[in-house]
Amino acid sequence: MIEVQEITKRYGQHTALDRVSFSVAKGEVLAFLGPNGAGKTTTMRILTCFMPATEGTARVAGFDCADQPMEVKRRIGYLPETPPVYQELTVTEYLRFVGRLRGLSGNTLTSSMQREIERLGLGTVQYRLIGNLSRGFRQRVGLAQALLHDPQVLILDEPTVGLDPKQIIEIRELIKNLAGSHSVILSTHILPEATAVCQRVVIISGGRIVAEDTPEQLSARLRQSEKISLTLKAPTADTESRLRAVQGVQNVFTGGDSGTFLLECELGRDVRDEVARMVVTSGWGLLELKAISMTLEDVFLQLTRHEEGLAPDAVVVSADPAGQLA
Amino acid sequence: MTPVQAIIAKELRSYFVSPVVYAVGFVFLLIVGLLGYLYVVFAGAQAIQLMQMQGTAQLNLNDLVFRNLFASTRFILLIILPILTMRLFAEERKLRTFEFLLTSPVGINEIVVGKFMSVFIVFLGLLGLTGLMPLMLALFSDFDWYPILTGYLGLVLLGALFLSVGVLASALTENQIVAAFVSIGILLVLWLFAGLGSLLGDTAVGQAVSYLSFMEHYDHLVRGLVDTKDLVYFFSSLVLMLFLSHRVVDSARWK
Repeated sequence: MIEVQEITKRYGQHTALDRVSFSVAKGEVLAFLGPNGAGKTTTMRILTCFMPATEGTARVAGFDCADQPMEVKRRIGYLPETPPVYQELTVTEYLRFVGRLRGLSGNTLTSSMQREIERLGLGTVQYRLIGNLSRGFRQRVGLAQALLHDPQVLILDEPTVGLDPKQIIEIRELIKNLAGSHSVILSTHILPEATAVCQRVVIISGGRIVAEDTPEQLSARLRQSEKISLTLKAPTADTESRLRAVQGVQNVFTGGDSGTFLLECELGRDVRDEVARMVVTSGWGLLELKAISMTLEDVFLQLTRHEEGLAPDAVVVSADPAGQLA
Repeated sequence: MTPVQAIIAKELRSYFVSPVVYAVGFVFLLIVGLLGYLYVVFAGAQAIQLMQMQGTAQLNLNDLVFRNLFASTRFILLIILPILTMRLFAEERKLRTFEFLLTSPVGINEIVVGKFMSVFIVFLGLLGLTGLMPLMLALFSDFDWYPILTGYLGLVLLGALFLSVGVLASALTENQIVAAFVSIGILLVLWLFAGLGSLLGDTAVGQAVSYLSFMEHYDHLVRGLVDTKDLVYFFSSLVLMLFLSHRVVDSARWK
């Protein structure tokens, strides 16, 4: 549905996007992750035909963004960073204007407006001026606008910003329901959001794609070592060295005086069984033993922190005992 | 409803929800009304003088009232119309709705024309209200309607030109005050071209410079002369301004 090939965008000397390529299949939800200024919004602006790319091609539903912008625009629903609302209009007036701009009229327009007002819970505010609405409602009006003409492709720039937790869950549900019939690209810096609603994640940093995969595989692929957190009731002085001697354990960090240890182990080797047995036979008093899996946050931080000169494969997950054990 | 009509409807709605149209309309009608009243009073005073000297007085309201009024209205429009146009694009850019508008399946020419038409309709409404003045004077006096109608044609064309300059200025910036100042500036320069032209005299350059100013074209219409040359001036400059606005809006996407 969306195909981006080798897109580069330069502003004078500054390169905002550097040969970015990715694609989104029909019905797929793709998350765009990246720190501020990574090029998320620029990519979205190119896809929505707001600005042309310096090099490369972007195609939406088979139409080229540079050559057939009208066809592309007709098939896209776009929610920019700031909800594009007119404060002096009421919600219904605004949606009617948006619908007319996109060629809806008569009963189709009325029923589409009704559908979105219901779907986004705007019923109570539909006759109020948008200028008097809270940030959360404006964001929902912005979403209603993007969905109004039931587009095949949805491009949402940080769709849950400014919403309260309950609304965030509602909007995520909404996006999940849209998957299958719509292709969705959403940018976010809230990582659980990407895990919650997306089949695929693209991590972009400094204008380049540094990783692209499912949220689970991304964490798996970047896990260079397994980590185990261990809490003991009565560790002895030789505990650390004996743990270190267990086959497969590469490194042991202590977490202060609380009897916690962080074990770094060889990849693909589960030493939990052996460690547990040692603890029990030595009488150290086992309180807790668990494997630490890398969250998407860790992956994201690793990838974007090591962007200078390091390919994703070369990223080594460094141990951070204090952080991990906290 | 076509996209252009949708834009016109939306812009008219925005104009009449905000206090700008009411404030501008109030000031415009107040000043035009006061000036009209003063010119009539002066004309009356002159009539009394003539009566005392000659015994009779044949007053020409066309010369004494309407020509003056049309000349003054020109200046009022120059100040007031940029206030109406300044928000058209500048506000969209400031409030980030510009991106939404340009990612809608609507051509830039439709956006520019829609916005121009909306403010033009507001202007025609305000101008229409000043028509009450000649109608009221017609109850009490006799005058020639023809130069008044051509004068109004002149005001409509002049207003359209001023508004198109305003649309262009508004597209250039996201600051409304700057947009208003830029359009007033461009219009004043066009005004001064008339003086510069006459300073240069009857040379080719002088004539060209005078032609660029709207003064002489408007004066012809106020005097009752409908010349194709003047109509061509107004229409071509209007089209040029809207075309330039199109280019500016288009290039604003790149930043």
